[in-house]
Order: sequence, then structure tokens, then C-alpha cells
Amino acid sequence: MAKKLNIIGTPTPKLDAGIRTTGKAIYGHDMKLPGMLHGAILRTQFPYADFTIDVSAAKKLKGVICVITAEDIDTNTISYKRDHPVLKRGTVNCIRDEIAAVAAETKEIALEALKLIKVNYKPKRGIFDPSDSLKEKAREVNRFLKEKKYEKNVADKFFYEHGNLDEQKKKSAVIVKKKFELQRMTHCCMATSNITADWNVITKRLTLYSSTQVPFLYQRDMAHCLKINPSDIRVVQVVIGGGFGSKLDMNPFEPIAAILSMKTNRPVQILYTREEEFIASPTRQTMNIEMEAGADKNGNFTFRDIKIIKDNGAYTSWGATTPFVMMQTFSSLYQCPACRFESVAVYTNNPNAGSFRGYGNPQATFAMESVIDLLADELKMDKAAIRLKNSNYKGEITGQGLHFETCGHKESLETVIEKSKRQDAGGKMQDARYKRGIGYGSMLHVGGGAKIYRSDGCGTTIKLDDYGYLTIVTGSSEIGQGSETVLAMMASEELSIPLSKIKVVNTDTDVKPWDVGVHASRTTFVAGNSLLGAIDLLKKKLNKKAAILLNTPAEEFIYENEEIKNSNYQSVKIDKVVREIHFASPSELCTETYFYEPSSKFQDKGFKGNVSGTYAFAAQAVEVEVDTYTGNIKVVKIEVAQDVGKVLNPLGIMGQIEGGVLMGVGYALSEELIMENGYVKNPNFHNYKMLTASDVPEINFYPIETNDSQGPYGAKGMAEAPLIPTAAAIANAVADAIGTRIYSLPLTPEKILRALNEKSNNGHSVVIR
Amino acid sequence: MKKKVDTNKIEISFSLNGEKKTMLIKSSMILLDLIRDEIGLTGTKTGCNEGECGACTVLINDVAVNSCLFPAINIQGKNVTTIEGISDGVKLDPVQEALIEKGGVQCGFCTSGMVMTIKGMQTKFKKGKHKPTTEEIKKGLEGNLCRCTGYVKIVEAAEKVIHGHS
Ligand code: FES
Ligand code: FES
Repeated sequence: MAKKLNIIGTPTPKLDAGIRTTGKAIYGHDMKLPGMLHGAILRTQFPYADFTIDVSAAKKLKGVICVITAEDIDTNTISYKRDHPVLKRGTVNCIRDEIAAVAAETKEIALEALKLIKVNYKPKRGIFDPSDSLKEKAREVNRFLKEKKYEKNVADKFFYEHGNLDEQKKKSAVIVKKKFELQRMTHCCMATSNITADWNVITKRLTLYSSTQVPFLYQRDMAHCLKINPSDIRVVQVVIGGGFGSKLDMNPFEPIAAILSMKTNRPVQILYTREEEFIASPTRQTMNIEMEAGADKNGNFTFRDIKIIKDNGAYTSWGATTPFVMMQTFSSLYQCPACRFESVAVYTNNPNAGSFRGYGNPQATFAMESVIDLLADELKMDKAAIRLKNSNYKGEITGQGLHFETCGHKESLETVIEKSKRQDAGGKMQDARYKRGIGYGSMLHVGGGAKIYRSDGCGTTIKLDDYGYLTIVTGSSEIGQGSETVLAMMASEELSIPLSKIKVVNTDTDVKPWDVGVHASRTTFVAGNSLLGAIDLLKKKLNKKAAILLNTPAEEFIYENEEIKNSNYQSVKIDKVVREIHFASPSELCTETYFYEPSSKFQDKGFKGNVSGTYAFAAQAVEVEVDTYTGNIKVVKIEVAQDVGKVLNPLGIMGQIEGGVLMGVGYALSEELIMENGYVKNPNFHNYKMLTASDVPEINFYPIETNDSQGPYGAKGMAEAPLIPTAAAIANAVADAIGTRIYSLPLTPEKILRALNEKSNNGHSVVIR
Repeated sequence: MKKKVDTNKIEISFSLNGEKKTMLIKSSMILLDLIRDEIGLTGTKTGCNEGECGACTVLINDVAVNSCLFPAINIQGKNVTTIEGISDGVKLDPVQEALIEKGGVQCGFCTSGMVMTIKGMQTKFKKGKHKPTTEEIKKGLEGNLCRCTGYVKIVEAAEKVIHGHS
């Protein structure tokens, strides 16, 4: 694409920034429908218990319109494995469990009614550690899972291998084997979960004002749950106050709102409190990762052998499929001749895990990059050099069959290694109290969607009106990430229509064409290509008419200043061409539809195959300062280089980079949802420590443009990547600073002090967990 | 004047976004509920209802407060400004402009609160004739959580309006 770009690559504020800055955006919390009732959910008090329930007093309260328990509803179980009942009957399995719901005239009455529900619990001893669930005598945690493919309490399992492990082991000069523990992290979307359901008793249709990030899968899941036809459900996406993967699964509160609406024939709204959000939202998976890896005497990686146990919680979400992503990292990030990967998702009586930006990759990358440092230590090799030596390259087809047609891995690494070189030539700041260190991390992630559903495509309909305004109806969704703006920029680039004359419609399943949803950093790539396909069709139509109007062959036209021009500088206004097409016989509209399906393939049973249209790479180098008296870690600077294919909107990219990196810093240093015997101990912002403006380190970003031939203008997906290597790089930097390593996250001051203590006691480094 | 009408309703007079108002409210009412539910201005957001996130920030006599913890009766005789009243209705306030231009808005749920907090800081620093450091500005934003942006662009926007440069 040699042609000069006008708007692509120019910093462009988000199209919707205006309404979001003036308080005019309507989020789910702001929805009000005539006659709307307020719903509230009663959750269990015990993580594992049998119970009986009596709602009679609640039903009598003035202003209460409807109370439901499992006895009152006829639904299918929900979730990725259909192992999650919407309302629980007789037994609860975790502390988030819904046991009754109320619809009332006001929020206050609904909450009052919950207090009147009498529940008799018989608490039982739950299983909260996956290793206990796997014991022979353990009882069955989830009795709803129908397909009994695996042993007891195993919700899902993945096995992958390539190469000859034994041979590679023999070739290894050094072998490292370590265990890593990853904590529960939660999304903390600033808008809590919300839904407004509106059942129309006359048309027998259901409208859902929802924050889902996958509207078409949601429509299908909801229909299955409620036993109605998907097309009788209209999903209208409200303005979404943060997604980050949390809205990939449908959760029980959503069908509950729908059922309450169907039973009352009135709209029903359910809004989570912040405490409810902490307790009842699926989290990032906690994991135990055991990794063994080797390198030959020259530092070439030889093999990796990985075993992962994931705490699934009581039910199974899409998050159970995170091994798809993790195995890519283990099999294919840095060249690796042999790899074996095994993971199990194990049921426990903890709240269920879900999907979260990075989709298992921050966990995998933490283990991987820690092990690389350890291998370098064993080999007495430079940590930068060992990475560069093994980095991925353009044209590589990995053991798993991923095809890196473009690859900015090495360049990303080189960039951050160079940029993070210490200015003070003397190296480490030698202060008795404050120790400085530098750590590296890199990552591989899908960059062109991920074929895990039957279609990974996206449809677009565009409409150019008689006044030269363009409407883009895209299947994709805006969840704050700025996809609307990027799509409008692409259309503006192609047609020379200014952004002010472009409208993006993307919130209504009755209107928009199919799309699989916002995940896998796929929107810019897939929705972008879909839009460009539609514009191509539209241009053909316009060019044909312009050729007649200008009396030239169609091929030569350029689009400039809302005009179609031929090589003799004769031109005609685009809106005039539209009107000529519309009003002159044979009348036609300037409307086109295009569906784009990426070239990616389903993987085979052994998980081999080119699962994404393209792949994104990134590297980060972090400098930290550890206070050895208090154990506090200060992240001083983060150098970020990322293969984004091509920068489309620098302003949008920077926002994703900074937001993602800070999320990664939180994952590394402070964020953990603490569970104790099945209870969430810190369900509030006071005790769950999200970082604030004062915690932001210096973040420098260096885009690597590899111009992917399949991406729109060469772009790749990029939005998950910034958070993926951050925690890994921070942990490496901390180890570099204090000379001992911590194998779990978050890196709390207590862990640091304990590690320092044990180091000085033993005189050498030890494993701290 | 606070005038008792029935046991738990109280009449209060205040100015909201420059407009005088007199209302009969429950004495226990919280300002955020008054603004969102009674008056119906939904630009002010509920992020936690516990004073921890700043999404609900409004100005009372030009000082930023978390409205989710603020008893509504305490606005008696005061000027309340919400996001809806921050600009003159024709042009955006420079704080809003800076946030848009710098790219400090993603999902936008924290944005109303950010605008009000920055506005409050701007007024405070101007009054005190104090030119704050970047660290002081960041400190001033500590009560406002944002999950999307990593704060960098928000801090840049705040610096721009408070320091008056770009
Ligand atoms: S809603 Fe008031 S501080 Fe969070
Ligand atoms: S922009 Fe989403 S929380 Fe700040």
C-alpha cells in the first residue's frame, strides 16, 4: 500500500468522546423505560450448603411484583459447558450463587424484599483447592456437567505436543523446573454489571439492553436458556462502561432479568452493587503452572514441558478455553523444537473464573519469561542475548503450525533492550536500601482473530446517502476501545468523506449483520477488513456511474475532497454520483453488504494449525526500584515495543498501551481477589488495590510496523498485548534487583521481605511461594 | 431555611448548575441519589457508592466531593455543579476539550468524575495562586479510578488546563 494516507496514522480523538465527556452517554445504569421495575438477586450466605427457601413474606411486601426461585422457572442451564443453573435449587456451590430474585417498584423495596426471604442453610464442607478436588475421595462439585469426558471434577482438559521431548532433553546443557502460582484478578469495570430486559407480551419478543461484548453469541445463549427462538430476542447494546473480557459470558443475572420481565410483563432492570460485582463476576483464572525447560550450551532453547492446573470454580465459562492461547505461548513464543502442554480446569466451590484481557497469556508469559531468565542464569548468559538468539522470525512456521507471515518479535526485543540500557554506565544503583533492576518480557498473541467458533467473521453494511453522508452498520461492537473511530477513519481514508459525515451504527442485533464479538483483539482486523470489502463494492458502483458522468474508463479514479476525479483533473461530487445512481433509471441505492471471514483455520484435534489471520508480538523492558526495608516496589520506567502491523490511530493505540500496561502493573504488584474458604475477603476498592494516577510509571512506546499483508492497511490486533508481558518483565526486574526470585503474583511487600530474609539466611536464592 | 414538613422530609433550597431549586427530600437522602434518581441527571455516575472511585464527583461551591457519601441536606444554600452544568451549553469546558483532544476518554464511565475533579483542582490552585507540580496533580486525581486509560492522558489533560499549556 504505497499510496499516501490522509487520515490513517493521524492522531484522532474518539468519535464518541464528546458524548462521553459531557455526561450524555446512556450507560445501562442510565436506562429508564416506562413502567420499569427494579430487580434484585438473593445470593447464598455459604459457599457450599443445602438449603430450603420461603419467599412468602417477600411476596406480601407492598410494591413487590414478582419473586422467583428455581421452582418458578423452566430454563436450560447456561455457560460454556452448560453446567450452570440460572437459579440454584436445594444446593449452592459457591458464594456467588443466585437462589432467588425479586422485581419491585423501587430499588429500595426490592432490597427490602430480599431481607424478608427466609433461607434455611445446612452448610457443608466445601472444596476450595483444586488439588483437593482431584483427590480420589473428593465428592463431585458440579453435578450439571452432562458430557462426562474426563475424570471427576475435571471441567476441561487440553493436551498438546510437538517435537521429540526426550531427544531435546538429552541435547540440553541446562534444565530448569519451577512451579508458578497466579492469583485471582478481577476486571473492575467502572460500570458494574447491568441489564434491562423488556418482554413484549403481544409480539412475544424480548428486548435486552445489555453490555455484552458478543451480542450474537449472547442472543443464541439467551434463547437456549429461555427456550425461545434466538431471532425473537433483540440485543441492544448500551454504552459499555468497561469490558476487558468480562462480558464474553452470559451470567445468570441476565436471564433472571428476562424471566422477571416475562413474568411481570414489565421492563425489569438489574444493576449490580460494587460488592456484588466483586463477588459475582467471573475472574481471571488462578493457576498453578509447572514448567520444565531446557537450553543447549549455546543458549538455544530445546524443549518445554508444562503442566497447568486451573481453578475453574463451580461452573465453566469461556475462560476454560484459555489454554488455546497459553499453549501458543509455550509452543511458539521463541523458537522451540519440542513442547508438551497439559492443562486441566478443575471444579471447586470457589466463584467461577471467566475470561479476561490476555486470556491466560499473562499467566503463561509470567512462567515462560521467568524460566528464560533462570536458563540464562544457569548458562551464565546475558538475559537480552538469550532472548534475541531464540526470537521468532518472519516466515517461521512453528511446531504448532502458526504461520508468522510478518513478525516483529526480534525488533521489539531489540528496541526495548536498547532503550532500557542504563544511562549510568556503572550499572545497578548500589544503594544499601534501594535496589534497582531491569527485566524483560515479550509476548505472542493472536492478531487477526482466533478461529474458536464456527465463524470468526464480521459483516458490514454501508449506505451512502443522497447528501454524501456515509452510514456504517457494522457487526462489531464498541466497548470503549475506539473501534468505531478506527472504522470511520478507514472509510474516510477510502472515500475522502470527512469524519463529520460518517455515522457508525453498531448496537442492535435486529439491524447489524453477524459478528462473533469483541475478543481476541480481533475487531480492527476483522471488522476493518469487512468494512474495506464493503467499500470496495460501493466504489465499483460509484466508479461505474462516474465513468459515465466523466466520460472516462472507471479504473483511473481517485477519491479526494468528496469528489471522484479522473487523471485529467475532471471531477464530480460524490453526492451527485449517488443521486444520479438513485434517481436516474435504473434507480439503485448506494448500499452494499460484505462479510469477511479471516483466512484462519480451525485447529485439528491435536491443536495444530494456523488459528489466526496474523500474530502480534511485543516486548517490554521494565526498570524497578525495590525498597529493601519496606519491600515496596516502585516501577520506574516501562519501555514498550509492539508489532502492531501498522499504526492506524496513534491516539487510540497509546490509550490501549497505557491502559493495558497499567493493568499489568496492577496484576504484578497489587491486585488480588482474596478467597478464604470460599468467601471473597476483599470485595471493595478499599481492599482490592487498583492502581491510581500516582502509581503510573514512565511508559514509552515504540510501535513496530511490519505491515501485515492481510491486515487493514497492514494493521494487526493489538489491544490485549500491552498487559501480557508486563507482570513477567516486572518480576524479572525485581529478581534482578534483589538477587532472588518470587514465583507467584502479586509481588507484595511481604513476599519481598520474606524472600530477602530467606536469601540472607541461606546465603543463596530459594523458592518462595 | 430548613423547614420540617413531616417526620422525615425536609425542604432544601440550593442552586443546581446555576438554577435555583427548592425540593422536599428525605432527610436521609444521599446527594448522588438526589441528582440521579430524583432530578434525573444521569451524567454523574455510580461506580461504587462507597467513596472509593470518584465516578460520582460533583462540585459543591467549586469544591469536588464524592456525592455518593454526601448527605443531600448539606447542600442547603450551596451551589452544586454536575457534569451537565460544567460548560455553558454552547462550548465545551476546556477540561472537557483537553480530555477529548488528549485521548483521555475510553469507556467514559470515569470521565464525568474526572472532569469535576480536575475542575475542582483548577479552581483550588488558581485561588491559592499555586502552580502545582505534576506529582501534585496526580495526587489530586488519586481518588478517581479509571480502568481503561492508565491515567496518562488524563493527567496530561489536567496539566494542560491547570498549567495552561499543551
Ligand atoms: S460512586 Fe462515589 S466514590 Fe464511587
Ligand atoms: S475511561 Fe473507562 S474507566 Fe476511565
